[in-house]
Amino acid sequence: MPQPKHQLIALCASAALAASTTGFANSELIEMQGDPSSWVMPNGDYASTRFSALDQIDTSNVKDLQVAWTFSTGVLRGHEGGPLVIGDVMYIHTPFPNKVFALDLNNDGKILWKYEPRQDTSVIPVMCCDTVNRGVAYGNGKIFLYQADTTLVALDAKTGEKLWSAVNGDPSKGGTGTSAPMVVKDKVYVGISGGEFGVRGYLTAYDTDSGKQVWRAYSMGPDADTLLDPENTTHLGKPVGKDSGTATWEGDQWKIGGGTTWGWYSYDPDLNLVYYGSGNPSTWNPAQRPGDNRWSMTIFARDADTGVAKWIYQMTPHDEWDYDGVNEMILVDAPFPPKDEPEASSVAAVTTAETGFKMRSLLPGRKDAEEAAAPEPAPAAEPANVRKLLVHMDRNGFAYTLDRVTGELLLAEKYDPAVNWATHVDMETGRPQVVSEYSTDQNGEDVNTTGVCPAALGTKDQQPAAYSPRTGLFYVPTNHVCMDYEPFQVSYTAGQPYVGATLTMYPAPGGDHLGNFIAWDAGKGEIVWSNPEPFSVWSGALATAGDVVFYGTLEGYLKAVDAKSGEELYRFKTPSGIIGNVNTYTHKGKQYVAVLSGLGGWAGIGMAAGLTDPTAGLGAVGAYSSLSDYTQLGGQLTVFTLPES
Amino acid sequence: MRSARLSPLKAAGLVALASLTGAVSATESKGYLSFQFSPETPYYVEDGKVDFGTYNGFRRYHSECHVCHGPAGMGSSYAPALMKSMQVLDFDQFVEVVVRGRKGLNQQVMPSFASNMNVLPHMNDIYAYLKARSDGVVGVARPDKFPKVRKDAQASAN
Ligand code: HEC
Repeated sequence: MPQPKHQLIALCASAALAASTTGFANSELIEMQGDPSSWVMPNGDYASTRFSALDQIDTSNVKDLQVAWTFSTGVLRGHEGGPLVIGDVMYIHTPFPNKVFALDLNNDGKILWKYEPRQDTSVIPVMCCDTVNRGVAYGNGKIFLYQADTTLVALDAKTGEKLWSAVNGDPSKGGTGTSAPMVVKDKVYVGISGGEFGVRGYLTAYDTDSGKQVWRAYSMGPDADTLLDPENTTHLGKPVGKDSGTATWEGDQWKIGGGTTWGWYSYDPDLNLVYYGSGNPSTWNPAQRPGDNRWSMTIFARDADTGVAKWIYQMTPHDEWDYDGVNEMILVDAPFPPKDEPEASSVAAVTTAETGFKMRSLLPGRKDAEEAAAPEPAPAAEPANVRKLLVHMDRNGFAYTLDRVTGELLLAEKYDPAVNWATHVDMETGRPQVVSEYSTDQNGEDVNTTGVCPAALGTKDQQPAAYSPRTGLFYVPTNHVCMDYEPFQVSYTAGQPYVGATLTMYPAPGGDHLGNFIAWDAGKGEIVWSNPEPFSVWSGALATAGDVVFYGTLEGYLKAVDAKSGEELYRFKTPSGIIGNVNTYTHKGKQYVAVLSGLGGWAGIGMAAGLTDPTAGLGAVGAYSSLSDYTQLGGQLTVFTLPES
Repeated sequence: MRSARLSPLKAAGLVALASLTGAVSATESKGYLSFQFSPETPYYVEDGKVDFGTYNGFRRYHSECHVCHGPAGMGSSYAPALMKSMQVLDFDQFVEVVVRGRKGLNQQVMPSFASNMNVLPHMNDIYAYLKARSDGVVGVARPDKFPKVRKDAQASAN
């Protein structure tokens, strides 16, 4: 087993602790995200770390974990996202028809209220890959649900009463809702899905009290649409210039240009910036949209109040493989470049961790890990070069580390050795250096480009990674799948799929597995350990101060591994495949771990029947066992805890 | 007489099918050049190579249908395995479902493709491909193809 590294462990730097308190909701949520007894936002906190300071469940006792209670959602489709816990109430959501349940933790999950919208089923076929939903958001006493039909609903968190609703898109043109909203101060943000239907993506802010639209920022189009400031919005330090959102498109293609915003949103209260990524340019046939197709495949840093972008960075100009840039942006404060005398410092860090030192989280507003319980540690020497970083594991197979204040590109490295479509990212221009052999554009229409890694699913899709400030490592659920891709001419009809490429997927060469669960060092750009998984890992990870990392698998296992070594410590097979995200909370002082099972999503489509070697002939089905041999559909919540001692 | 479409390699496995569709033995074949789509003889295959229409069906299937029906018609967690459906559906039933769509149980919806110009013109080809999958003469991989012939006869070769 490879040794873990600890370059970033000295993260106990305290640079970012002061939380700005602009507005009541902001401070409410900032305070709440610092309380490890609840889980107030889909990815745990504004920084999307999916880290919990809870440590009752640790590496020594996690093997004793038991199921405390379960709950069936009554819905069969793929269950992405995960529960929120606020006080004594757990909120869970389902895929279409998008039910929301408020469950009473004081009463083994008895239903306090249930909300089930009436939606036209005609939205179902315009959802690209199953009818998933990635969860609800909490803020200002309300639960926000973003329905498949793009209706954003505000529910009273206590009663489930509908307070207002707003329609954010047009399903008859292929716009759908799958993402989890995010609340900042008095605004709630939602994106839009539908890149495979030629939808032009946008992020919209609504007023949490009235439901009125405050601003909307498109991924492409003239500056008035994109809210880019030609002089002050920068791309790798340079002003973007006038109408950069149309300048790299031919004709009116940008109007159906994709760049949808269906992933996760993060927020830095100090900088007052919202971070998210945009998806693939539309169509998948690159020949039909010459140019860089700005600003698809782009990381945006936007002012939370006005929507105006401070900086942007396009990761995959002129996409030729469907590598959406929507994966989560994890905000950490860490030394960069990492100090290069790891011997001494890592030893020191491990020792302190083992003697009960609780690493202080850097998240604004996040309290010191169990500050009450732990004796006040001697302040670790603070590295001088701590920077505000943004770490993003992109679908294109590169993990990016950027300065989240300026948008400066600091590091871009492959996080799966199989990645072959580009040799590297040029750090000056920020452009990936595309390998001609794998360029579906250079090979041209009607030509089958073979052996491209990763497949369109990406080295990682939306399933969010976790970050532990105690190890300084990122825990990343990944896919290990490659593809053939053949683009061809398509015509656009509003509301009809607008794909324009045929693709077939299969396991990465030489391997016998379709996924890995890895620990990533974002300072060095290195994999620290990697656990092969028979199927893609499509479940969001959770890292805890007990130095345990949790994730789910497509066969349905909830797994717990050692944060330092990756060694598996516990597994339990839940009733269906897990594509949901794990969370943790306490109730009456006891730590619980919760996850939704429910096979589906793109993973269920790609893998249900098993993938095969592309060159294998007839009868090759079963070369890699099919997922349907392991698990079946069915939405269920499973809650784990330690037995009473 | 309909043109033959049996691969000598696969002929043994296709006796049942041949009797169903009235296809004749490969010896009478004029080869892929004379092959023409019909619901009864939707594809031509010889030594693992298929006619261009069937190949186009593979392409169209994997751009328009596989996001729900899974790779190579094998089904997914969302929609049925069409390679199995084809054992019971005839051409008219197939066209009917694809054109009109269908609402299933458990919030599954098969969309209507009536206005989809990336599907409608290629209906014969998609049918041919799925039928070939169902008959076991085309594997999960991208099939080898004969070159395009007589565009008019090939219904919809792209
Ligand atoms: C949005 C998802 C979706 C897409 C895209 C889709 N289908 Fe379907 N299809 C379904 C579902 C779900 C069913 C099952 C409906 C039911 O339960 O009756 C179905 C059923 C069918 C059936 C009937 C199967 C049977 O056993 O009766 C056929 C034939 C079919 N689809 C063909 C196609 C073809 C051809 C395409 C591509 C042009 C396609 N479908 C694209 C979801 C889809």
